[in-house]
Amino acid sequence: MDPAYSIIVFTTASGAGYGLLVLVSLLAIGGALPATTGLGLAALGGAAALISAGLSSSALHLGRPERALGAFSQWRSSWLAREGVAAVATFAPLGLFGIGWVFFNDVGGFFAWMAAACALLALLTVSCTAMIYASLKPIRQWRNGFVLPAYLALGLYSGSLLLVSLTRIFGVYRPAFALLAVILLGVAWAIKWGYWRHIDATPAQVHVGAVTGLGQLGQVRLLEAPHTEANFVMREMGYAIARAHARKLRVVVHVALFLAPLALLGVVAAGPPIPAQSAALLAVLSAALGVAVERWLFFAEARHVSMLFYDRAG
Amino acid sequence: MTNLPAAPSPTRLGLVVDLDACVGCHACATSCKEWNTSGHWGPLTDVNAYEAEQRGVWFNRVFTYEVGGRREDARTTHFPKACLHCENPQCVTVCPTGASYKRAVDGIVLVDVDRCIGCKLCAWACPYGAREFDEDQGVMKKCTLCVDRIYNDNLAMADRAPVCVLTCPTTARHFGDFNDPASNVSRLVRERGGFDLAPELGYRPTSKYLPSRPRRSAPHEASQSGAPGAARDHVGGFLRWVDRALSR
Repeated sequence: MDPAYSIIVFTTASGAGYGLLVLVSLLAIGGALPATTGLGLAALGGAAALISAGLSSSALHLGRPERALGAFSQWRSSWLAREGVAAVATFAPLGLFGIGWVFFNDVGGFFAWMAAACALLALLTVSCTAMIYASLKPIRQWRNGFVLPAYLALGLYSGSLLLVSLTRIFGVYRPAFALLAVILLGVAWAIKWGYWRHIDATPAQVHVGAVTGLGQLGQVRLLEAPHTEANFVMREMGYAIARAHARKLRVVVHVALFLAPLALLGVVAAGPPIPAQSAALLAVLSAALGVAVERWLFFAEARHVSMLFYDRAG
Repeated sequence: MTNLPAAPSPTRLGLVVDLDACVGCHACATSCKEWNTSGHWGPLTDVNAYEAEQRGVWFNRVFTYEVGGRREDARTTHFPKACLHCENPQCVTVCPTGASYKRAVDGIVLVDVDRCIGCKLCAWACPYGAREFDEDQGVMKKCTLCVDRIYNDNLAMADRAPVCVLTCPTTARHFGDFNDPASNVSRLVRERGGFDLAPELGYRPTSKYLPSRPRRSAPHEASQSGAPGAARDHVGGFLRWVDRALSR
């Protein structure tokens, strides 16, 4: 599948934003974060900015972005519509929670309920995003049990790195935050490891002979493509550039998304304030690169059944 | 509404493609392009139409396969492919806007190009590669089963069929109602062993393919059975062809 940059930016930025939102909402309810104006503005404003940037980027992917409002209507059947509804709905409790935290320095009572709604809707939105991919039958690298947990874990993990960095900056850091980030890192790493093992181990569903029904007469080979030039289907579903480098890029993900932030979190937990602050920021930057490459691979390694008609592996 | 119709449609319109009869002339594809680019669902825009890297929207594309590898009875099979108007079309249910829909009356799958936002998710959801994005208009387009012909009162009865079916010079394409057991398409599927493409994916395509018939006798079988040409195998070229033709 063609990795569209607008979708990579969207899913990684909004994933981190929703992850941060879930964590700060729950920590604020639990009293682990002080209800100060600056922290509230940075944490909730940062999450809202990442989510909004992601959503705006996703609109760039559309052929007719001016009609995007119509995309909220079919939530009964479409995961994409559900994602849109959940994404927009999240802004309502986010705004109210933000008013409580930033202006009244109050995260209890009604505002705690709003925080809980934020966390719930944010998790729901990320789940809808994942289900857009996990529900597509023609792509076996997407339609499997690893995709939904991977999106949730990576969103929460990237949010936790932002949380560590933010709390360091505002001087409200607790060692438990770094521990939380390490736990989420481990969970996300294990899921991605399992995902790659799964897609490597599962053989291709069908070949050109099976998909055309001609295989019973013998080996099938494409003699002539329908047209001399590549068409939309071949360009959209037949992306092959990154596949050649998939092994190397997976190593980049292992290092930039997991190994380097793990080491940097060690520095955060153990080190004196100044290097710890830099390490927390570096972990965010490294993971941002890592998650972008991870998402790029998620598309580039996905093979679509329709490419079999072109006698290509998709 | 991108929910599928609650009840099965009273008629189930679709095509039967006879892989034994298709000669790969691409007349179905070009006539489709011509009718639909000026029809209700047009235009089928082209980009760089007269330059290198030309690309454009086609509803119907003809593939040519070699079947049987290097065996003596290997054959060339032409394989036209367009939307199969599935009973369970995931391209419809994934649509966030309601632009994609399946008609309750006859099962035809269509795109309302005035509501489509061009998110391309329907194309991802189609395992048959039947949907094509019109990058000029920013919307998705697909085969309409010539819905603007088959019910068109301005056309003579004989012309109320998909243009690909009318054009085919070898009658390799047939149009009809699969719900009617007496229809030409139902009969062909019954008698010729019509099959679905990739049935394991569960899309339940309406349109069917008829398999190539087995060859009457493969050359190597003829020589093994001591047929007239068997002893003269050392003769090559034109004479060998004459020998074989006369030996049939």
